[in-house]
Amino acid sequence: MKNDPKKLLRYTPSERANHWLTAITFILLALTGLPLFHPFFYPLTLLFGGGIWTRIIHPFFGILMVISFGIMSFHFRQLNTMTPADWQWMRHLRELANGDERNMPESGKFNGGQKLLFRLLVLFMALLLLSGIVIWRAYFSFLFPVWVVRLSAVVHAAAATVIIGLIMFHIYMAIWMRESMDAMLYGRVRRAWAKQHHSAWFRQVISGGK
Amino acid sequence: MALQSLDITRRSGTTTPSPAQRKTMEVAKLIDVSKCIGCKACQAACMEWNDTRDKIGTNHGVLDNPMDLTENSWTVMRYSEVETSRGLEWLIRKDGCMHCAKPGCLKACPAPGAIVQYSNGIVDFQEENCIGCGYCITGCPFNIPRLSKKDSKVYKCTLCSDRVAVGLEPACAKTCPTGAIVFGTKEDMMHHAQGRVADLKSRGFTSAGIYDPKGVDGTHVFYVLQHADTPGIYSGLPKAPSISGMVSIWKGVFKPVASFALALGAFGAFFHYVIKGPNEVSKENEKEFEDEK
Ligand code: HEM
Ligand code: SF4
Ligand code: SF4
Ligand code: SF4
Repeated sequence: MKNDPKKLLRYTPSERANHWLTAITFILLALTGLPLFHPFFYPLTLLFGGGIWTRIIHPFFGILMVISFGIMSFHFRQLNTMTPADWQWMRHLRELANGDERNMPESGKFNGGQKLLFRLLVLFMALLLLSGIVIWRAYFSFLFPVWVVRLSAVVHAAAATVIIGLIMFHIYMAIWMRESMDAMLYGRVRRAWAKQHHSAWFRQVISGGK
Repeated sequence: MALQSLDITRRSGTTTPSPAQRKTMEVAKLIDVSKCIGCKACQAACMEWNDTRDKIGTNHGVLDNPMDLTENSWTVMRYSEVETSRGLEWLIRKDGCMHCAKPGCLKACPAPGAIVQYSNGIVDFQEENCIGCGYCITGCPFNIPRLSKKDSKVYKCTLCSDRVAVGLEPACAKTCPTGAIVFGTKEDMMHHAQGRVADLKSRGFTSAGIYDPKGVDGTHVFYVLQHADTPGIYSGLPKAPSISGMVSIWKGVFKPVASFALALGAFGAFFHYVIKGPNEVSKENEKEFEDEK
């Protein structure tokens, strides 16, 4: 049963809605940005009614995503501070990749990798927003000298590459780490899952904390 | 402007060869600044031939009108009064697209076929393929393309590609009353320009010369300048224009390499999954919470 009350609540409905709004707008941004990135991806414009519509809607999706991601990152900001234990956790990545979690240090609601990913996402989202505004020709580019526009074009393309890579990694982790998708889809996780992957958080929740 | 052309050397947003069966002679328009009297006949002729109309502007107290290139004014005369070694000089430069042999606009453009370069050297915008992103403005070293507010397409001088295609000279060259604008093959025009430079030198313009910047592999609109050592005095003509390093990085190998790296990452993830298997909850933990499920 998806909402078995014996399961532990990991994400509230509003947290889930917020996450998926961000995810959907992100995918739309990647699909509308890549056609302009390289001719190889240009056929993707067909998904959005052609090149002109693709060019028009991309930055508006961007604004929507920035709002949604902004709310989410503000909401989760305290859960994402790196502690010494998190850095310790990062040193065991190789074991984790081999599927051996026995010696992993305990992690709270988010592990070191998730926190680091979160911080990188915030950084690259900020770069994308700033550079995206500058290269938004219809409304803003004329405000900036041409060298700033050129620099922003490079920053936007490079940051987009990095962030698409990070999100691909994020998606793979969600698939590879069985049942973690359930947390974001339905909100609750099994206690066994919680104990295995986020034992510190597990103890906290079981003992009545949050 | 014609969609079907068999002599295309470069095409924007395209990675495979363009129709290039036919090879035409390289053409050029030579603007001899020393002969220009600033009558703006070329400016009027350009609007007339291309049937564009700029809105009536306001008087800014100078002859420049309009003050800058627009989507309707593909060429404008720029007037400057400067002190040179010869005293006060009135320099008048006809500004517009230079038709670079290595066009930054075309390099930057992401839309397939929105900008083409014919084998005769003309760089032409194909507005029906333009998506209005303005990347060409970012890529151009001469600040030429203008985005129209009316239709979100960019416009600039076509070097009268429609006239040239049928053996006519550009409208501006045709109309120039002093012969300051001449049109022909690049070779002939270069020859003519050299003659003009020699003539100017004999009249005491010791630094007269040709402005055909090598940074963009030469241009198909080029100037004879009285003071070729200081092009900046001609209303900011760039001294050594070339495609900006930033644009080269932006449009360089990094993109195919980055795309390949992302694809490789996706493959890597897939193979990790099939080799190592998914990360599942351990037996011990499952036992402990058997009541669940
Ligand atoms: C944060 C808000 C964002 C804004 C305001 C923004 C704005 C823009 C603008 C104005 C362009 C130029 C094309 C056009 O006018 O549509 C562009 C291009 C692009 N955007 Fe964004 N964008 C944002 C976020 C993103 C994100 C998150 C991604 C990645 C998923 C992305 C990927 C791209 C790519 C790949 C290009 C093409 C770059 C190139 O031509 O080299 N953008 N963006
Ligand atoms: S001057 Fe600018 S618009 Fe004209 S061909 Fe060169 S780069 Fe393109
Ligand atoms: S605005 Fe310029 S760069 Fe963009 S599609 Fe049109 S011609 Fe190409
Ligand atoms: S070549 Fe044609 S389009 Fe270009 S400035 Fe002259 S008349 Fe205008």
